[in-house]
Amino acid sequence: MAELWATLIWPVLWTAIKIVIIVGPLMLAIAYLTFVERKVIAAMHLRKGPNVVGPFGLLQPMADGLKLLLKETVVPSRANRSVFVIAPMITFILALVAWAVIPFGEGLVLANINVGILYLFAISSLGVYGIVMAGWASNSKYAFLGGLRSAAQMVSYEVSMGFVIITVLLCVGSLNLSDIVLAQKGSWGLFNWYVFPLLPMAVIFFVSTLAETNRHPFDLPEAEAELVSGYNVEYSSMTFALFFLGEYGNMILMSAMTSVLFLGGWLPPFDVVPLNWIPGPIWFALKIAACLFVFLWVRATLPRYRYDQLMRLGWKVFLPISLVAVVVVSGFLVASGMAPGAR
Amino acid sequence: MVGTDDPAPAARPSLWVAVACFNSRPPVGRKGIAVEAFLSDYVPIFIFLAIAIAVAAMAIVASYIVAPQNPDVDKVSAYECGFDAFEDARRQFDVRFYLVAILFIIFDLEVAFLFPWAISLGEIGMFGFWSMMVFLAILTIGFIYEWRKGALEWE
Repeated sequence: MAELWATLIWPVLWTAIKIVIIVGPLMLAIAYLTFVERKVIAAMHLRKGPNVVGPFGLLQPMADGLKLLLKETVVPSRANRSVFVIAPMITFILALVAWAVIPFGEGLVLANINVGILYLFAISSLGVYGIVMAGWASNSKYAFLGGLRSAAQMVSYEVSMGFVIITVLLCVGSLNLSDIVLAQKGSWGLFNWYVFPLLPMAVIFFVSTLAETNRHPFDLPEAEAELVSGYNVEYSSMTFALFFLGEYGNMILMSAMTSVLFLGGWLPPFDVVPLNWIPGPIWFALKIAACLFVFLWVRATLPRYRYDQLMRLGWKVFLPISLVAVVVVSGFLVASGMAPGAR
Repeated sequence: MVGTDDPAPAARPSLWVAVACFNSRPPVGRKGIAVEAFLSDYVPIFIFLAIAIAVAAMAIVASYIVAPQNPDVDKVSAYECGFDAFEDARRQFDVRFYLVAILFIIFDLEVAFLFPWAISLGEIGMFGFWSMMVFLAILTIGFIYEWRKGALEWE
């Protein structure tokens, strides 16, 4: 029994504790991201935003969550019940499990697998399933059209995201996320981050993440004016809340991916005394917050794309550019002998 | 687990979990990686998956129990701006969505081929580079063909 405790139960329990340490702050971050979104956009519109519940409206996300919990779960009569309920669960679960491989600091990672970026790419691809299943299972025209649009959009931008990730991998020579961050460490501080040598790729990646998370200006699946709310029009209560949490969790995840790939993850901007006293996870959180602010800023600033413009941008602009970038970056690395592991 | 002092980890499968969860695996060279060492990295992910499924299921069940449920005919009918649904929602849709899906499969497969090539570019050198360029050129010809045929047009 003692051996079983030491070799099986305690390790699993310890991993579970670590997971709770990741998921707890993440859920809090998601809740307050919705609050910050409303506050930031309100400030950009010269409004006040939510300010009634609690001091400065700080308890607003809790009130929203409680309200959603206490609502009736409506399942449409002609829907496929099981698929209808599973779809939001998939979106939410995928938004959570992706965090298993994100490095929060040097060695601070739950599963330091050697194909981390491939795992993230796979998990974010699977995100389409939740939306397609929701659109199909609802058996409602708005949900169906929203699901179709959303699937085509996510799939289109994933291709250019893949090519952009390849350009980063060419410079790193490893699929491990910690290695990707450490490859950006150097004597030039923040000028070693890939956002500078690969600036066009970083821009394409960030715009693709906007499309991938169905955010403004690419939020066509939720086009309120024509499709009411897209794939989640039939959802209520906790099933809707899981979609919502999954969507905002994906926003934070994509910001974390941008930070790891292009903004040096947990590294401080310069490795000098006052800056490197601040622990890595705090730098990482600050970079994620900066990316998330751009998400909100874009939402408050830009008008929505039309669907044909969206598809044209994905297939006719981003795909050729990122394909050429793969050729240029790899050609440069091979020709100059700077490719990692070159003999 | 090649090259460790531990005589036979495979004989005690539970130890395998312990090793995985504490990240205490000794560093192994690229040549000597055993299959268990690869797989044990994924144990925390499976625990994470189980916890995520539990959280999602509990949220839905909790709401179902706590909130009063009294559905009626009008409440559970599909939303269509207040009308009764005119016809089944699963109708024909634009073939372009299929075209996008097919294009996606081709290019995503291409990306999957590029991953191992990208991380070993330094070792395979010029020969590896040009081999992939030939492959990319063939795919680019296909892409140009699709473009000219108008498969990417949405009007």
